Amino acid sequence: MTNKIQWEFPQALEDEAIYILRETAAQFERPAILFSGGKDSITIVRLAQKAFYPGKVPFPLLHVDTGHNFPETIQFRDWLVESLGLDLKVRYVQDSINQGKVQEETGKYASRNALQTVTLLDAIEELKFDACIGGARRDEEKARAKERIFSVRDEFGQWNAKMQRPELFDMLNGKIQMGENVRVFPISNWTELDVWNYIRREKLEIPSIYFSHERDIIERDGMYWPTSPFLNTTEEETPFRQKVRFRTVGDMTCTAAVISEADKLEDIISEILEAKISERGARIDDKRSEAAMEKRKQAGYF
Amino acid sequence: MVEHHNAPPLKKYNMEVLRITTSGSVDDGKSTLIGRLLYDTHSIPQDKMEALHAASKRKGLDFTDLSLLTDGLVAEREQGITIDVAHIYFSTPTRKYIIADTPGHIEYTRNMVTGASNAQVSLILIDARKGIVEQTYRHFFIACLLRIPYLVVCVNKMDLVEYSEARFNQIVEDFQQLIAKAPFKAPSIKYIPISSIYGENLATRSEKISWYSEESLLEYLEQITFDHADSSHPARFKVQSVIRPKTDAYHDFRGFAGKVVSGHFNVGDEIISLPSQQKSRIKTIEQFETQLTTAEARQSVVITLEDEIDTSRGSMLSRPENAPSLLKEIDAQVCWMDQTKLVPGKTYLLQHGVNRVKAKVQQIQHVIDVTSNTILEDRKEMGLNDIGKITLKTAHPIFADSYDANPANGAFILIDEMSNSTVAVGFVA
Repeated sequence: MTNKIQWEFPQALEDEAIYILRETAAQFERPAILFSGGKDSITIVRLAQKAFYPGKVPFPLLHVDTGHNFPETIQFRDWLVESLGLDLKVRYVQDSINQGKVQEETGKYASRNALQTVTLLDAIEELKFDACIGGARRDEEKARAKERIFSVRDEFGQWNAKMQRPELFDMLNGKIQMGENVRVFPISNWTELDVWNYIRREKLEIPSIYFSHERDIIERDGMYWPTSPFLNTTEEETPFRQKVRFRTVGDMTCTAAVISEADKLEDIISEILEAKISERGARIDDKRSEAAMEKRKQAGYF
Repeated sequence: MVEHHNAPPLKKYNMEVLRITTSGSVDDGKSTLIGRLLYDTHSIPQDKMEALHAASKRKGLDFTDLSLLTDGLVAEREQGITIDVAHIYFSTPTRKYIIADTPGHIEYTRNMVTGASNAQVSLILIDARKGIVEQTYRHFFIACLLRIPYLVVCVNKMDLVEYSEARFNQIVEDFQQLIAKAPFKAPSIKYIPISSIYGENLATRSEKISWYSEESLLEYLEQITFDHADSSHPARFKVQSVIRPKTDAYHDFRGFAGKVVSGHFNVGDEIISLPSQQKSRIKTIEQFETQLTTAEARQSVVITLEDEIDTSRGSMLSRPENAPSLLKEIDAQVCWMDQTKLVPGKTYLLQHGVNRVKAKVQQIQHVIDVTSNTILEDRKEMGLNDIGKITLKTAHPIFADSYDANPANGAFILIDEMSNSTVAVGFVA
């Protein structure tokens, strides 16, 4: 990757995202931001803050708590909500399990990643959200590359890739029938590097697990998995301590660590510039099959 | 309190991001071209490359099929075609590129128009063996209809015609005849002989095609200086919402959040608000905590005015001397994008910018056969993928310019109020 250089954050991307957020506030009655505590949703919160300034952010945050989050992410979430005076709603996958709506996976690859879709759809219905703003980006994955900015989902949250509304110029059509809802992706056109350059430009705080730290990990399938009470390990998998960081933040059961000494934003950015593995390469949930993401999206996932 | 910073120097927007639309037939090698461009700019991470090796092997191929990189949907991989617009990102030290990769079939004309609607460069692929085919006409027509400023004609698969200069020249000549008949002002055109499978003339100049001494595709794209045409256009600002915090610090604050559609605005400028036609002056232009002195096309800002005038979502600010006219009777080129046919006399919702009004289709003037560029006067119906000219009457005026004069303020969409679908895109004549 020698020919890549660090370019400045393209201002056009911020202008576009702010325009989309303002359209979302205007076209929907009850829009919400889906907040995971990851860098992309932190970016969305910043954009929302800027889009409506000096007014308040007109969206509540919805966090679907799988119970398998990194504690650092939850701490960060609560700090951000407190410091910006945001309205946070949390819904728990554990509740969906208790209600018998979903079943915990078993085996060494068990995760709650697929389960959270049910909790999300229930929350959308309960809280009557007609639009949910997410930090998904088209460059992350090839099914996401086909997403619209305003993506219409039916009552079951399903994405129909073949029947998407055309989106022309910057004109967004958020008109929906009762029961339908829209997923909004303001940073569709950003890349991972754009997000990092934005975080640096805006001097945003991010959860500590993005920076290098010491942690117990195991090696499995050529990846480094963080140990946690939620990860089922075999006897051969002996944990060892290592300086690592996380490039993407999902559940502790489906996010792999990278060995890294990067403890400053500059170092993280240089690391990404030199990285040979894509961002979602560290997402174990994507490795299930070639169409893993498309299948989850059809089911109502992001 | 608002901090008063000096306004940051304005960046030339499209020096940073260049948007490209590609179209081609099934076997033109378009996906291969994009895959190869990404490969040659070192934009494919190792794990994705390995996934490509594996996927190619599963298909029984003895080479790595780079086209598998862009076909994202299961149905597309099964059929080996592109169904929907895919967005692909790569960057060079010069700038960030966004490619909207669109299918080339007639049944995907709407996707082509969609992909082209935000592009500054249209990339047309021609198979050197086949030359200009029906789809080439369609692609060219759409590029002209949308007034895309740059067109690159890539004559691909040169390896299969032994890198023949004569063959290339013949195709260039054929294409020039196409331009002579162009329905609208033709864009600036560049012809490049390439072989996407071998990367000839893509990222670097080809040694095999030594008779061609001009830029490779990437070299050409890198040097495009997109002097933002919008800045020469009249000032237009679309209001998305009114910000009224009603807090102690901002008790009387009333700001108009929106986007500069075209041209630019300065603090102190006299403005007129439409549709109220009331005038005032710009007091401040704000971008979060920063006070700007000027805002130019495509910027999202908040504008405050000296006077309290009637302005709300859907309003447009402009300068009194070149304000857009209030249109209620509109002639427009349209591309129909829905399975359900256009129904003359039916009322649709017309969305121009963020402003929505009811609009009735008065008349279908004609439909155009895009491949032969002939007007079909007797065709009085429009269905999916048809392009033609219609007359609309709106319940309230819209503040549009003709697409030709000011593209950023000249397009609209039609929404079917029953299905909520976006059924057409229109270009004000």
